[in-house]
Amino acid sequence: MSYLIKGDTGNWEVVIGLEVHAQVVSQAKLFSGASVAFGAAPNTQVSCVDAGMPGMLPVINGFCVAQAVKTGLGLKARINRHSVFARKNYFYADLPQGYQISQYDQPIVGEGTIVLDMPDGSTRTIGIERLHLEQDAGKSIHDMHPQKTFIDLNRSGVALMEIVSKPDLRSPEEAGQYLRKLRSILRYLGTCDGNMEEGSMRCDANVSVRPAGSNELRTRCEIKNVNSVRFVMQAIEHEARRHVDVYESGGTIVQETRLYDSNRDETRSMRSKEMAHDYRYFPDPDLPPLIFDQAFIDKIKASLPELPDDKKERFIRDYALSTYDADVLVAEQENALYFETVAKGRDAKLAANWVISNLFGMLNKQGVAIADSPVKAKDLGALIDLIADNTLSGRMAKEVFEVMVETGKAPAMIVEERGLKQVTDTGAIDAAIDQIIAANPDKVAEYRSGKDKLMGWFVGQLMKATQGKANPGLCGELLKKKLAP
Amino acid sequence: MSLDKATVRRIATLARIDVQEAELEPLAGELSAILGWIEQLQEVDTSAVAPMTGGTDAALPWRSDVVDDGGQPEKVVANAPDPQDGFFTVPKVVE
Repeated sequence: MSYLIKGDTGNWEVVIGLEVHAQVVSQAKLFSGASVAFGAAPNTQVSCVDAGMPGMLPVINGFCVAQAVKTGLGLKARINRHSVFARKNYFYADLPQGYQISQYDQPIVGEGTIVLDMPDGSTRTIGIERLHLEQDAGKSIHDMHPQKTFIDLNRSGVALMEIVSKPDLRSPEEAGQYLRKLRSILRYLGTCDGNMEEGSMRCDANVSVRPAGSNELRTRCEIKNVNSVRFVMQAIEHEARRHVDVYESGGTIVQETRLYDSNRDETRSMRSKEMAHDYRYFPDPDLPPLIFDQAFIDKIKASLPELPDDKKERFIRDYALSTYDADVLVAEQENALYFETVAKGRDAKLAANWVISNLFGMLNKQGVAIADSPVKAKDLGALIDLIADNTLSGRMAKEVFEVMVETGKAPAMIVEERGLKQVTDTGAIDAAIDQIIAANPDKVAEYRSGKDKLMGWFVGQLMKATQGKANPGLCGELLKKKLAP
Repeated sequence: MSLDKATVRRIATLARIDVQEAELEPLAGELSAILGWIEQLQEVDTSAVAPMTGGTDAALPWRSDVVDDGGQPEKVVANAPDPQDGFFTVPKVVE
């Protein structure tokens, strides 16, 4: 199912590559001992290195190196045991050194892959071009003073991983899936918290178009810093449409950096950056090459958690789940763990249904994270046990679930308190059936003369007589026997 | 390699150095001479030598992931012109 843009001259295909800046989870910055904690008072987490004071020497944080390697392994990528830090030179008020320490032609991580799970159940493998380590810049605040920009350097020097995809993405939908999957992997690994709203994951999108069926790569535009998955998808859709319109009206696309304005749903050209693009990279003379041995990589490899793709495969294999259910359950580690707690020793398909439809539905509605769920995994498991041993019908279980959400009580206690126990005693049901038959001889006669549809009416009467507590399967069975001519 | 006036002007702009028009021509000559001097290195056969990024064999020292710096905002902004509420301030940067 390919995504094509209809133009006057024919169909167009969109070519997308994404650059994601992921903030490394660490205590201290990439080259200094200042804290990376979010939301501190201005300039309280700044060392002389981060402030670009003369004569200071950067010293690399070994944990950030390990985090980058871990991420590389999670992306099934080549790890470069020898990599080099370079200075990327540009002039901006929140960049006190006058350059960003980054990596250029020798990054710490090389080519890898990421597998997208598309909504139709298919998968798409997208190439990763590279991952490198670099420093974040400080923060400029433009709205605190009419003539001045305020600068806070707390973010200056925080470790970022820039993760660059190959231009393999072909639709806004795929770009969205790529970001979701990357975020999922980073969160599983614990190397980035993936929070786009707080800016710990930021995305630039490179977009170009070409006539469908062609293999050429046309001029691309870069859309900067879009801060949600939805906006990235909208920005790409808009930008691709703009390219098609420009080409079809005989114009040309100039390579440039554009900003996405989500309020107006449009992209617009940023202030001319022709100078800024001359970054004059060169190896940072303050930093010898970054070198580590295979044992360092192996140790990290041994510490890797089970990643979403492996977990998904295991869920499908061991629990016989559908691809869709497995995708939904493994997206977040906490969700997968919750499901496994519920499913352990129980009907996994039933557990998956309850977790996905009822639990996730309720959490979404209430806007609550799974960690704060009013219904704990062991209690949901106990509820499923009550369905399995016929204490509750499916309908009654839903009622009990509602009460669990409100009260946080264990299901057995709710069943006890409300006298909700399903009647499975055939004697009691038989007695109720006898009464119904005695009270409705005309209906019985009609049924016996072939009006099968009346069975539904009898079941209804029986549920009414037992206040809905009779086991529906058992009711049908016993009724049929009693009503037989 | 020789540099022309336009290239020198561009380099000066990128480096934020205010070079007067009259200085461009002499600077172009001086910088070209320096480049020419360094270009002599190209005469050395380095085909059997791996590219180097530094002049020493020093290994990159690593630090632990420990917070042991910061917490001195007044010192950080002490030499800056017109700090306000703990922030550096600069003429408004309009994007």
